[in-house]
Amino acid sequence: MDEHLYELAKQQWLIPFIPLVAAAIQSLLNRRQRKLSAALSIGALSISCVLALRAFAGTLGEHESARAISDFTWFTCGTTRLELGFILDPLTATMAAMVAFVGLMIFINATGYMAEDENFTRFFCFMSLFAAAMLGLVVANNLLFFFICWELVGLCSYLLIGFWYFKPSAAAAMKKAFITTRIGDIGFFIGILMLYWHGGTLNLYDGGHGALEQAGKLATITGWWGMSMAGTIALMLFFGAMGKSAQFPLHVWLPDAMEGPTPVSALIHAATMVAAGVFMVGRMFPLFTAAAGDWVMDFVMWIGCITAVFSATIAVAQWDIKRVLAYSTCSQLGFMVMALGAGGLVAGQFHLLTHAFFKALLFLGSGCVIIGTHHEQDMRKMGGLKKYMPITFWCYLIGMLALAGVPPFAGFFSKDEVLLETYHRSKWAWGLATFAAFLTAFYMTRQMFMVFAGKWRGREAEHGHGTGHGHHHEPHEVPWNMWLPIAVLSVFAIGLGFFGGKYAHYLGGEETGLAEGKGLVMGLSVAVGALGIVLGWVIYGRKTMEHATDPDPLQATIGGLFTVLNRKWYIDEIYEATIIRFTAICGTFFRLVDKAVVDGILHAVAWTFWAISQIVRWVGDEFLINGGFDAGCGGVRGSGRILARLQSGRVQNYFRVLSLGAAVLLLIYFFTS
Amino acid sequence: MSVPLNYYLMLSAFLFAIGLCGALSRKNAIIVLMGIEIMFNAGILNLVAFWHYKLFASLTAQMFAIFAVAIAAAESAVGLALVIAVYRHYKSVDVDEMKSLKG
Amino acid sequence: MNEFPYLSLITFVPLLGAAIILLLGKTNERAIKSVALLTSLIALGLTVKVWLGFDPSKGLMFEERFAWIPAIHVDYRLGVDGLSVAMVLLTAIITPLALLAHWKLDRDVKLFFFLFLLLQTGMFGVFTALNFFHWFIFWELGLIPMYFLIKIWGAEERTYASFKFFIYTLAGSVTMLLAFSFIYLATNSFDFMELRERASSGELMRAINVLVGDISGRTGLHINAACFASMLFWGVFLGFAIKVPIWPFHTWLPDAHTQAPTGGSMVLAAILLKMGVYGFLRVVLPIFPVQVAAHLNLLLFLALASIVFGAYAAMAQTDFKRLVAYSSVNHMGYAMLGIFAVVASATNVADVVNEKAAALNGAMLQMFNHGISSAALFFMVGVIYERTHTRNLAEYGGLRKIMPIYAGVLGISMFSSLGLPGLNGFVGEFLIFKGAFPIVTTVTLLATIGLVITAIFLLSMIQKVCFGPLNEKWKALPDMTGRELLIGAALMFFMFWIGIYPSPLVHASNQAALGLIKVFEGAPETMMALGR
Repeated sequence: MDEHLYELAKQQWLIPFIPLVAAAIQSLLNRRQRKLSAALSIGALSISCVLALRAFAGTLGEHESARAISDFTWFTCGTTRLELGFILDPLTATMAAMVAFVGLMIFINATGYMAEDENFTRFFCFMSLFAAAMLGLVVANNLLFFFICWELVGLCSYLLIGFWYFKPSAAAAMKKAFITTRIGDIGFFIGILMLYWHGGTLNLYDGGHGALEQAGKLATITGWWGMSMAGTIALMLFFGAMGKSAQFPLHVWLPDAMEGPTPVSALIHAATMVAAGVFMVGRMFPLFTAAAGDWVMDFVMWIGCITAVFSATIAVAQWDIKRVLAYSTCSQLGFMVMALGAGGLVAGQFHLLTHAFFKALLFLGSGCVIIGTHHEQDMRKMGGLKKYMPITFWCYLIGMLALAGVPPFAGFFSKDEVLLETYHRSKWAWGLATFAAFLTAFYMTRQMFMVFAGKWRGREAEHGHGTGHGHHHEPHEVPWNMWLPIAVLSVFAIGLGFFGGKYAHYLGGEETGLAEGKGLVMGLSVAVGALGIVLGWVIYGRKTMEHATDPDPLQATIGGLFTVLNRKWYIDEIYEATIIRFTAICGTFFRLVDKAVVDGILHAVAWTFWAISQIVRWVGDEFLINGGFDAGCGGVRGSGRILARLQSGRVQNYFRVLSLGAAVLLLIYFFTS
Repeated sequence: MSVPLNYYLMLSAFLFAIGLCGALSRKNAIIVLMGIEIMFNAGILNLVAFWHYKLFASLTAQMFAIFAVAIAAAESAVGLALVIAVYRHYKSVDVDEMKSLKG
Repeated sequence: MNEFPYLSLITFVPLLGAAIILLLGKTNERAIKSVALLTSLIALGLTVKVWLGFDPSKGLMFEERFAWIPAIHVDYRLGVDGLSVAMVLLTAIITPLALLAHWKLDRDVKLFFFLFLLLQTGMFGVFTALNFFHWFIFWELGLIPMYFLIKIWGAEERTYASFKFFIYTLAGSVTMLLAFSFIYLATNSFDFMELRERASSGELMRAINVLVGDISGRTGLHINAACFASMLFWGVFLGFAIKVPIWPFHTWLPDAHTQAPTGGSMVLAAILLKMGVYGFLRVVLPIFPVQVAAHLNLLLFLALASIVFGAYAAMAQTDFKRLVAYSSVNHMGYAMLGIFAVVASATNVADVVNEKAAALNGAMLQMFNHGISSAALFFMVGVIYERTHTRNLAEYGGLRKIMPIYAGVLGISMFSSLGLPGLNGFVGEFLIFKGAFPIVTTVTLLATIGLVITAIFLLSMIQKVCFGPLNEKWKALPDMTGRELLIGAALMFFMFWIGIYPSPLVHASNQAALGLIKVFEGAPETMMALGR
């Protein structure tokens, strides 16, 4: 192993540690120390970013599949040591660099977005903590450590979704996010337990003894549901990814998570945390490939495919600017998962990277729009922003084109690889995914036209006639600290796609080598992208909406289906009526069991004893013992009362009796002697 | 030559009986006290008579008699003091009224 | 052996403090409180000394032993090993904090602090005593002051709750006492360590056989020795199961916790429940290995029921304190799962000793962790109850806005209880699951339901208390005071410490855990054969 790489691996712990220290300090700051808090966050993440880039650079010159680890013992239990550790390999290096860099951009943007919030200090504390946990997750060489960070990013997500906790919707959304992901995490947890049991270690790589290096052995053990143990564990781990990466049917939390501040949505719910599930599958990929004979890979692919299409259909009919992006994120995560399920590690991870950049760009752009329009999120009440916010518009356009898969933007290349991988695995899935790509292009075009084209339909336009503060509501361009990050990100959204081939070589050390069908897949993907954009222009662009109260043009086209899509296929309602109600009934049931049955038996026992004691009391004690005793006492008392009469208290009487007695004794004496 | 012992004893018995009658039947506490004193003196008379007829050796009976006289004096003093105290309390020296020792 | 009697000192220093309090004037409240706190701090200091001097590899340490009642072979015997040392430490930590939580108490101050110190002596005694004879005295001593604490300083339904608590626990104690009387008849010994050795060599079962034969001979009844031994086991089991509490013996707990004063709830949840679990480790498993193994499936079901049913029942509560109380049933269920997993034989598991060690260490860690986090949660309930005089979750709302520090401390305590990695709860639960999963797979899988439900009810709780719009009624509530923050900070320190660096605690219990596992090393058949 390369000495230099090993030295770098030994310093990997610093990458998450520095933001963690920053978070610890920030947690002790008070509300007024706003600048200090933001500076600490950004400073710490900058250092992490430099370190991550240095590590990334360190891996670049290496020969294929360069990998260095650095483990330490957490504690000893029984006769085994529980180890945690850090890793440096291409997968980690790129991910860490991406997380740190995108995070840094988002932090800078957040200084503008959150500028007026009174809990600014606390916000950056949570953000730092998130960065620490996310980077920790990325550099972990141990599934337990991975899980710890995994839960901590979940915690930060929870805290930040509920950052505006006083809104009931935010309070509900934060809980929903945590619990939904927790359900997936139970699967993950069970997977970890199974891996620990059968693999004997949770270290991913350990010089030939790591869990991933034993994947082949696990594939020979019989597992559950007709799979090998490797397949079973992989499936269990994937449940965790489904929760975290918002895959159907555990996707419901992600759209609600948009209750959080927009930089949070950009960082956590677009670029990094939701991608952690995909990263996890990528990280554990040797296990998935070892289970190639099982149905787990197909399961992963189909879950991804269903999510990609399903979420894209919902995104078509949303009005909230952030919700469209949220469902788009769901859908894109589905693409990544689908690619992984199809066996395309490189495609999945590459799409993760490009998506992180352009989706962060889009979210930050939407944040700029929200700030520019004074906290308006309903796209129907926007329009014509191109005039007011040119920089935001151009950056947003780049992001939109990247997401829609228009060449030569980043999304085109990565999505193309995803589709290609899927094409080779399953034509059906590929067909559906292509349809999802079409929808993607369509809903992004719809969004562009609704937000930026036409004329301003916002508050000022509706009731601003001579109110005096009309221009106050007029949209405006955002300050530099908000647009600069998106400008930087748009550079990546344009250019990153060209590195796809290099990335494949760097990550896998091998070309994907899938040439067959490349023309067909690429051609069709471009065609559906163009079709989506054109259709979007036909419906939304030719004639833009006039008033915010106008019906959605699409509604006129597809009618009732629009309502179904708008209501998200009624998934939340279905869950509400089934699982949630069932759980609540269980709770009430067991509460009643405690109250009625358990306590009932207890009270019955208590009453029985009470009844016995009453019987003993009345029959035994009161009647026999007390009765007898009382009678005896009565006799003594009665005789005493009689005898007491002798004690008249008259001394003379006593004297008389005494004399009488003496006289009697004398007489007896006389007569007997 | 002189009065026989029996006469003294008879006198003493009469005195004792008189005292006893007084102590038992009279209601006035002072008279009861006087009755007791008479019984005392009856006893002393006995002692002196016995001594005189040398029924006891040396001066034993004499000493007894003197002691008894002294004690009788003390006793009557205490008795009178009690009667006065009782009178102060009950405004009466009627022994029938003094029954607070009743059981 | 008879070195400086640290353990006796620790045990009786609170009693001494209680005596001093009795000598103080009723109105001299400041002095009473100071004496109580000082006493418990001295005990804490001594305990820290013991903790630092404790060497797990040496087995029983700080042992004190001398003949107490030679006529019936009763020794006064104290000592700590890996099973108890953390519990002694926990007792020493929680008591001063609970006393501090009642610093502003103004009703019957003298009696309160007197009873509290008495209680501490009882708790210390249970964890240090190694002879049933005086152990039982301490065991009951833990009960009586708590009864009065609930009865006198409790909430509106205190009479019912205290009565239920007392009678229920006492009923368990009685069956345990009966069982131990028979064991004494059979073995002529009350010593836990001795009994443990005799049980593992099979001598105990033989002695019981002899006793049963003797009884049968005298009375002409035909008593089955194995059945009789099982009855002894269930007698002891009941005593501890009620204290833990294991479902379905748990219903005293929500009532007692809900009605008890804050400090009482803290100590009740943090330490008194642990006395029950500790009993399983010290008494039930080592002395009745055959019987535990024979009834394992039922016991596992009860542990599972505690986890799942307890969590579900907690979810349906509307009373803040009752909810926290039910979470104790759930959390103790995990500890019991870890402990019972040790008993199971698992021939198909490769490294069974280490799996069992993980489960047992996890269970012991869980005991400590639950002590910290439940004390913190009950304290937080107390803080808000003092201000609002309601425990109804529906009446709170949005308190984070006016009480940000409170919300922060409550949040951390809640996540500690939930088992969030980085805080203490996770390590214990992970070890329990890690160890129990290969051994009792199905039960452990079902127990994971509890993990989800725990998250649901705890998050719902904090949502109702801290988030959403502020209830206008509480607009003027003050945030936590310095004293309250001090208590919270002390507990949070342990949450973070164990969450990040659990090594000292695991190290302390590891050897004892391995020792206990040895008892169950053989296959159940051979263990049953021991009895014949």
